[in-house]
Amino acid sequence: MDNAMAVTVLQQHHRKRFNQRSQTIMYMTFGCSFLLAIAVIGTMVGDIAITTNFTQKNLLPSMAHPFGTDWLGRDMLFRTLKGMSISIYIGLFASVISAVIAAILGAAAATLGRKVDAVITWLVDLVMGIPHLLLLILISYALGRGTLGVIVAVAISHWPILTRVIRGEILQLKEANYVKVADKLGRSKVEIAVKHMIPHVFPQFLVGLVLLFPHAILHEAALTFLGFGLPPEQPGIGIILSESMKYLSLGMWWLALFPGLVLLMTVLLFDLVGGSMRKIIDPHSAHD
Amino acid sequence: MNIGQYSGIFQYIGKSIIKITSLLIAVSILSFILVSLSPVDPIRAYIGEVGMANITAEKLAKLEAYFGLNTPPVERYWNWFSDFVQGNMGSSLLYRQPVASVISVKFMNSMVLMITAWIFSGILGFTLGIIAGLYRGRWIDKLIKGYSLLIASTPTFWLALVLLMIFSVWLQLLPIGLSVPIGVNAAEVSIFDSIKHLILPALTLSVIGVAGITLHTREKMIDIMGEDYILFAKALGKSRISIVRHHALRNIMLPAITLQFASISEIFGGSVLVEQVFSYPGLGKAAVSAGLGGDAPLLLGIAVISAALVFTGNFTANILYGFIDPRIRRGSIHG
Repeated sequence: MDNAMAVTVLQQHHRKRFNQRSQTIMYMTFGCSFLLAIAVIGTMVGDIAITTNFTQKNLLPSMAHPFGTDWLGRDMLFRTLKGMSISIYIGLFASVISAVIAAILGAAAATLGRKVDAVITWLVDLVMGIPHLLLLILISYALGRGTLGVIVAVAISHWPILTRVIRGEILQLKEANYVKVADKLGRSKVEIAVKHMIPHVFPQFLVGLVLLFPHAILHEAALTFLGFGLPPEQPGIGIILSESMKYLSLGMWWLALFPGLVLLMTVLLFDLVGGSMRKIIDPHSAHD
Repeated sequence: MNIGQYSGIFQYIGKSIIKITSLLIAVSILSFILVSLSPVDPIRAYIGEVGMANITAEKLAKLEAYFGLNTPPVERYWNWFSDFVQGNMGSSLLYRQPVASVISVKFMNSMVLMITAWIFSGILGFTLGIIAGLYRGRWIDKLIKGYSLLIASTPTFWLALVLLMIFSVWLQLLPIGLSVPIGVNAAEVSIFDSIKHLILPALTLSVIGVAGITLHTREKMIDIMGEDYILFAKALGKSRISIVRHHALRNIMLPAITLQFASISEIFGGSVLVEQVFSYPGLGKAAVSAGLGGDAPLLLGIAVISAALVFTGNFTANILYGFIDPRIRRGSIHG
């Protein structure tokens, strides 16, 4: 009797309400809509983020001001959302530019012969040799700091790793049997590239692009925090956090805690979206 | 000809040194171009706005000649480069001292901070990774993995601020900043004081640095626990600790050390932010002041020195791998 019970338990089928794939898609949709919401609300708040109100300064977080107010009576929630939306836009722009550079250089390295490959690999080593934050400082310095400086610096410095990935992918594809067969069957290079290579590389490129966002956003915030990025009148996340430093010793912890948490959450959400995309696209990582 | 066990590695070292030298020269050229492009006027940065208003045309011309504003950029680079090779990096506009002496002081401070964090995060991350890999899928694994993923997304400077709030403002255990207390001569600072000021920056850097090494070690550990020889050891009835010590440790130690050497660039980036928050007088803080204050020679010097540090780290990582991996050691694979 006991034995029979054990067998039935083993064979009992647990039907999950959602399978892994639909769960992943749900995560992704959730992440995307949350980020979109931050960006949209942040853009819509307009002047509330910079309106001062001296009757309500230095307030602790409450129902009326969930993130509290600062020393000028500005609402920290709106400031944070506004700052985060600026960061998201800069991050989007920067990742797209970096990803396009990576795609061009990666493809060139893999297809245009050994000399080009050597030069591009060397370039990747060169850019990765300077600590990233220092490179950002240098580029920003070259452009005279300010908004333009931070956008350009973040946009043109994030390509090396993705370049390596795309180069590796294409090199591997060139050795794949189906590409070799297509070549022997007399297909033209363009046809092979369009039919056999791009469908394979493009999803990788897309995932790489999304996974660049978190880096771009963190670097933008860091550079602004150090004083190289957005001007002080903009409510950038980096500006908010660097201003809060002066008030920390007065015990105004909410000025730094909540904006930083929102930044952390944004970065995590971008990671979640990128990771989910990879799981959907790449069968190898689907079962992690 | 391949004679002897280590011929491959010597070839590899030779090639690497040539490559690193070329990269370092390129870094210096790239940084030089970037610094020269800047609209920041070195004379204005040197004498300030008031000085600019009161300066005579003669003196201005003299200063322009001193900063080489009228010489062509290539010649200017060559002058800088030949001086640099002889150990003269120019003079810092902010500190009014030779760049070389500013950098050597800041470099030592930064090294103390970075090495402490580097060792601490390495050991902690390695241990956590082993535990997580060993107990894959259990709550402790989930906890460690979740922590690592969370910390990998955390902005370094925000974590620094949070730790500052907790330990300095709230608990009042540790000092807020300034590694030399106000009113005390720098030479009179006791070791105890220095250590006290090192704790928070080093803690922040370590906490951040743990993420990468933990996740990497965990993956390796999981791979190895699936090997046949581990199954055999288990079948022999060996304990978990004995399996880790005798079968797993050697296999995962090297990739971990390699990764740690290759992560110097990230630790340096983190130290720039941490030094800024805790006003710790290291290379990173000097780089930020140089960038904000228009001190081009100092910024240039720090860029080259930090690149040299990163290349040395990567080189060490590759060499370590080379000595251990017999395929590279005997020269059958050329990096």
